[in-house]
Amino acid sequence: MLSRVAERVYWMARYLERAENTARLLSVYANLLLDLPKGYTVGWHTLIGITGIEEPFREHYEQADEHSVVRFLLTDMHNSSSVLSTLAGARENVRTTRDLFPAEAWEAVNELHLFAREHAVSGVNRNQRHEYLTQIILGCQQLTGLLVGTLSHDDAYDFVRLGRSLERADMTTRILDVGVATLQEQDDTASALLSTLWINVLRSLSAYQMYRRHVRASVNGRDVAAFLLRDGQFPRAVRYCVDEIEAALRRLPRGEAAQRSIARISRLLTETDPKAIEREAMHDFIDDLQLELGHAHTAIAETWFPVPVAQPA
Amino acid sequence: MRIDWNQYDPDGHFDELIAAPGQPRPAARGLTQYLRALSDADVATRKAAAELAIVEMGISFTVYSEGQNIDRAWPFDIVPRVIAAREWATIELGLRQRLTALNHFIDDIYGDQKIIKNKVFPAEVLAQSRNFRPQCVGVRPAYGVWAHICGSDLVRDSDGTVFVLEDNLRVPSGVSYMLENRVVMKRVFPELFESQDILPVDAYPTQLFDTLAAISPRPLDYPQVVVLTPGIYNSAYFEHAFLAQRMGAELVEGSDLTVGDDDCVYMRTIQGLERVDVIYRRVDDLFLDPEVFNPNSQLGVPGLMRAWHKGTVALANAPGAGVADDKVVYAYVPDMIRYYLGEDPLIQNVPTFLCHEPRSLEYVLANLDTLVVKPANESGGYGLLIGPHASRKQRSEFASLLKADPRNYIAQPTLDLSTVPTLCGGRLEPRHVDLRPFILQADQTHVTAGGLTRVALRKGSLVVNSSQGGGSKDTWIVAEAET
Repeated sequence: MLSRVAERVYWMARYLERAENTARLLSVYANLLLDLPKGYTVGWHTLIGITGIEEPFREHYEQADEHSVVRFLLTDMHNSSSVLSTLAGARENVRTTRDLFPAEAWEAVNELHLFAREHAVSGVNRNQRHEYLTQIILGCQQLTGLLVGTLSHDDAYDFVRLGRSLERADMTTRILDVGVATLQEQDDTASALLSTLWINVLRSLSAYQMYRRHVRASVNGRDVAAFLLRDGQFPRAVRYCVDEIEAALRRLPRGEAAQRSIARISRLLTETDPKAIEREAMHDFIDDLQLELGHAHTAIAETWFPVPVAQPA
Repeated sequence: MRIDWNQYDPDGHFDELIAAPGQPRPAARGLTQYLRALSDADVATRKAAAELAIVEMGISFTVYSEGQNIDRAWPFDIVPRVIAAREWATIELGLRQRLTALNHFIDDIYGDQKIIKNKVFPAEVLAQSRNFRPQCVGVRPAYGVWAHICGSDLVRDSDGTVFVLEDNLRVPSGVSYMLENRVVMKRVFPELFESQDILPVDAYPTQLFDTLAAISPRPLDYPQVVVLTPGIYNSAYFEHAFLAQRMGAELVEGSDLTVGDDDCVYMRTIQGLERVDVIYRRVDDLFLDPEVFNPNSQLGVPGLMRAWHKGTVALANAPGAGVADDKVVYAYVPDMIRYYLGEDPLIQNVPTFLCHEPRSLEYVLANLDTLVVKPANESGGYGLLIGPHASRKQRSEFASLLKADPRNYIAQPTLDLSTVPTLCGGRLEPRHVDLRPFILQADQTHVTAGGLTRVALRKGSLVVNSSQGGGSKDTWIVAEAET
């Protein structure tokens, strides 16, 4: 398989997953707003910090109010991680590797991109946002399912797995971070809020029922963090994603460097019990995980993707 | 109202299917009888089915317009063009003969240049050739073949004579559409393929692979063959992807390839570097290797020509093969056939005036209103003057162009191209067609059964290029029933 094609397939999966998770991230916040009793506020700027896109945001917006943040994350083409940008990226990568993907995948990604673009306004408006985000999430899930069910599980599919799992692990840590960061903003009297907050975090990852079935504890920060980081069966938990990446890396040729990188994350997850981490240290632990996921991406790119060609001066 | 062949009038043109109102040609009899039996609704249903199949199969082409690339559905007419197998046998021989002579010529031009020394081909014409590549002098490709894939355009004039209009030896396009047209026809008219004896066309991808494999520098059972495309924005990208897929070859872009210190070509795969043996390149000579040609090219591979010179990789078509893809050189092909093969040409050239000859230029300038004037090195129907359809102003502009650079132009009489019944607004009307068969040459020579029939969809138009509003038809080589 050509390196260039592998790179496009990998990014297709990453973009698709990022679009889905950005939509999920926004839905946590939107729902939280509805659930909060009067007097409590949530800071929309947290979302910008958590997604790591502060600089481009400040270039284009003066205030981090609800409208600006939602627009920047959903439809702004200046933000390369916005839902619309990433769907366009996914579409372009399928278009340029059309001989590889099933024809339905091309049609599905095309339709999804078209929907996201045509209904962009309703995504920004508060009263239609839920419907819009749900449609985006469903569209991404449909496409993911299509690839699971109709793309041969060969090298190309292993690159889909790598891209999807790496992005998903990263985004799960970020969504968890929303919870942690929101907590830190409230004073201690806000304890009534805690359960509401964590339920929303779980719901945004479609994890509420699985948490209930498998953890069987009340919904509290420590258990939610442990579940989302260490559960080996829930598909959006970091541990599950890391196992997926490991399996794909073992099947691909020359995967050693990336395997070493993933082994470090695996160790981090095994050795650190999220339940034992102080609330203040949680954010740093999440940061460490994200950093290691970044290293894993670098290892994958250096092993398999074409070296960027220097442009002639 | 059903199709009534008595109502179909080719209006003095040579029609490929109908000799005169109500009189189908023998090879087309089965088809015309079948069409006559269809109701109007049937015809409309089949037409809609064909259009749906084209959209579903994603058969598209790209038009460059205002800097935008639009993927358009391939325009296709459901009435096929029919050629009798007996007639085709002669045309096929003529095409083999022609490509053989052309390859002798290219090989000679980059070698001893005997044809010039023997004064059969003028040195001045070569001296002014834009597609002669000094970088290729002295190279000896396998079997002495430079042009491995050739698409020659054939036309038929009003008395039925077949002429070669031009030879495309650089990066000839269209064969994927020939193959897809047949798939669409089989879907839409399966019953016709049962009752008619139509030669199949689908051996082409295998023959193309065999041709490419035959020139591999490494004696392997299954050499690494790749198709080199300029990328997704190229107008023929659909074809590049199609051919790669059908041959089971990798579709690569320049940046996927690299030339190693050992002067071998490698492609970057997830396994690491993999040696490449044969490159079917669909990138123009001048963009192939920035070390040798255009230094700003991002489409090519630095060092590719070095590897080719060393013989570690084979290129098809070979760089420099375009020297014979020049409308001035074209005029000498009948002489080449006599010179190299000692045979008479089986297919004639269209009579051609070479504007660099003073007497011809004088004639051309005096008769611009009846002639077609073509630049020597353009393709795709760009930059030509169709005298009878041109305005006085256009003709006088062309006269200045001709005087300024006579070597760059040829002129030919306006041919009355043959027609084929074509579905236009619910009824059959004659529309002009040409034909592009594809010829493959390495250790063996293969000719497609028929080729790509292009049709001018506008009434009276002679322009068949898809980039200029042309469409296409399936082409049938039919064995006539013994009667």
